[in-house]
Amino acid sequence: MKDLYRSQRAMRNMRQAAIERGVVAVLDVGSTKIACLVLRFDGPDHTAANDGLGGMAGQSAFRVIGAATTRSRGVRFGEIDAMQETERAIRTAVQTAQKMANVRVDHVIATLSGARPRSYGLDGSVELNDSIVREQDVAQVLAACDVPDFGENREVLHAHPVNFALDNRSGLGDPRGQMGTQLSADMHVLTVEANVVQNLLYCIKRCDLEVAGIANAAYASGVSSLVEDEQELGAACIDLGGGSTGLSIFMKKHMIYADTVRLGGDHVTSDISKGLQVPLTMAEKIKARHGGVVATGIDDRDMIEVGGDTGDWERDRRTVSRAEVIGIMRPRVEEILEEVRGRLDAAGFDHLPSQQIVLTGGGSQIPGLDGLATKILGQRVRLGRPMRVQGLPQAATGPAFASSVGLCLYAAHPQDEWWDFEIPAERYPARSLKRAVKWFRENW
Amino acid sequence: MSEMTAQRPKLGGIRRVEKRDPAPSRASYRMQRLMLTPLFRATLRVGLPAFLIVATAGVYFGSAERREAAVMWVSEQRHAVETRPEFMVGLMSIEGASDEVATDIREIIPVDFPVSQFDLDLPGMRTSILELDAVADVSLRIHAGTLLMDIEERLPSVVWRGMNGVELLDLNGNRVAGVPARASRPDLPLIAGVGAEREVPEALSILAEAHPLRDDILGLVRIGERRWDLVLTGDKRIMLPEDNPVAALSRVIVLDQTRELLSRDIARIDMRLNQRPTLRMNDAAREEMRRIKAIELGADQ
Repeated sequence: MKDLYRSQRAMRNMRQAAIERGVVAVLDVGSTKIACLVLRFDGPDHTAANDGLGGMAGQSAFRVIGAATTRSRGVRFGEIDAMQETERAIRTAVQTAQKMANVRVDHVIATLSGARPRSYGLDGSVELNDSIVREQDVAQVLAACDVPDFGENREVLHAHPVNFALDNRSGLGDPRGQMGTQLSADMHVLTVEANVVQNLLYCIKRCDLEVAGIANAAYASGVSSLVEDEQELGAACIDLGGGSTGLSIFMKKHMIYADTVRLGGDHVTSDISKGLQVPLTMAEKIKARHGGVVATGIDDRDMIEVGGDTGDWERDRRTVSRAEVIGIMRPRVEEILEEVRGRLDAAGFDHLPSQQIVLTGGGSQIPGLDGLATKILGQRVRLGRPMRVQGLPQAATGPAFASSVGLCLYAAHPQDEWWDFEIPAERYPARSLKRAVKWFRENW
Repeated sequence: MSEMTAQRPKLGGIRRVEKRDPAPSRASYRMQRLMLTPLFRATLRVGLPAFLIVATAGVYFGSAERREAAVMWVSEQRHAVETRPEFMVGLMSIEGASDEVATDIREIIPVDFPVSQFDLDLPGMRTSILELDAVADVSLRIHAGTLLMDIEERLPSVVWRGMNGVELLDLNGNRVAGVPARASRPDLPLIAGVGAEREVPEALSILAEAHPLRDDILGLVRIGERRWDLVLTGDKRIMLPEDNPVAALSRVIVLDQTRELLSRDIARIDMRLNQRPTLRMNDAAREEMRRIKAIELGADQ
């Protein structure tokens, strides 16, 4: 755990360096597609000065100058299944994006959609030395959180301080400089399987790229698809991906829960393939062009040519009605949504003040999905698209790119995590020069 | 005879050819990244051509024969251009110089005409012409195949008898020419003495003032490098002061005109002290003076 702490810190520094150099790429390694966006940072926000909009959380500081997607190979459930294939797919995406951007990219920020994330809510408290909260106290209270046993072979991917309390006042966003005697903090920690992360990092390294950050895909989707009010009041973002469905719950602008259901669009496709006896590519096309979850009367007469390549006339000229396709898809989509419902219930989503649910990801484009989701997840469901960022090609503005866009925002303006605070003084090595300097400064 | 094998049905409708999505090889991926590196591209764009040019030139000129041939070719081309008729100079014309000076100039500038104007060193020629004492200034130019020289000669104003013989000097004391004897130029006044050549303008102003005495003047002598003596015929001298000699001389001239001073038997007129002009008489005159004084005083012989 100490190791990851350091590597996250190193990644943060690398991200800073990359932004200073001006170019950073985001890489969304998904089960169906691998997307790569190249961002150019033009220094500080130039819109801020003249139109009074403010910093816009760093969104106006960058511009997408290269974008590429490629069919994913060797990724299942958002985890790397065949390393060589994945590496080649990443190379393809990065090369195409670089070609479009016409710059060389050295740093990437990557997502991880699978790896069985688990959320933990931790809390800790410290007595303050003097009555004012300093940076060092924040670091200490975060270090004082009692860490449960995450289990074998798991690493912390995110560790967001979500809430600070000073004596009896809770809900503080930033306690620094405030007066009090006891500081306590709540922290949301997301752990993932270490092997999966290591595989991804290794794959990226094999492409001669440096990892400048890594984020959970559900978190990234939530950042880009939830509007500010939803993030503030409480909402869940459900990213219906190809291999897995991610869900993240936001409250007071912090992610408080994330999880992954290992079911996705690929399972729908394989159901169609099995049910209609067609190849997977054909099934994918039928799903994308004729799929749906709510059958109407006209769907019985809407005949779809299934095709085939066997040379057997009878087999190759089959047709199915759209109602049949819907009949295959709907149970699987219901299963996915019910699984999500179960996870939300387990997370205590129904205790949130606002229970907005936003569906995003490529799977959310199934016609009629919002109606079905309303029945399963509750009344407040909407379909979400990622927010718009400068320079993003039209082809990459769909909901399938929610986590890519979210990563862009994450790259421009990451939330403070545990490792962004100072290392608590007592954790320094005994002969730390920094500590000596600090001592001198305090005593003279 | 028709084919026995059945044609597979053309797949229409939703069937499309799968879009190719080949992955780049590691090598091509690295190559592309390398080509996108700014420094590398700059090296490729500037460094490589420069290296190729230098290397080619280096290999070509590696052998002494080729090097020589190249040098030869360049000099031939140069010669061919320089000897074009437009650039040839066939004549030299000297204007504003006396015959002797012109002869001197032709002597010190030995040019075999016709010659290319690129081979003429005009500044050098000008310097060497200016080294001639008789030449005050010269301007050289080439016009229509002719080398034109406009000479401005120095005009001699005085004859100077110095340590190394008799020479002619101009208004400012610059040497014009040497003469064998003072008698060669009786029309010019004579100056002598150490340092006289440096004070020619003053000498000339004194001589101008002494114009009424011109028939008697032998010359001006510089004494002790600080003042002048005007030497007259009959071993008479007018000793002029250091300061303002012209005014002193004019006083003498006035005295001469009113009292016929110079026609008397005196050896020196000493004007060195402004308040007290002094006369030195010859021995006979002194005796005569004493005799007259004695008579006046009634002394007996």
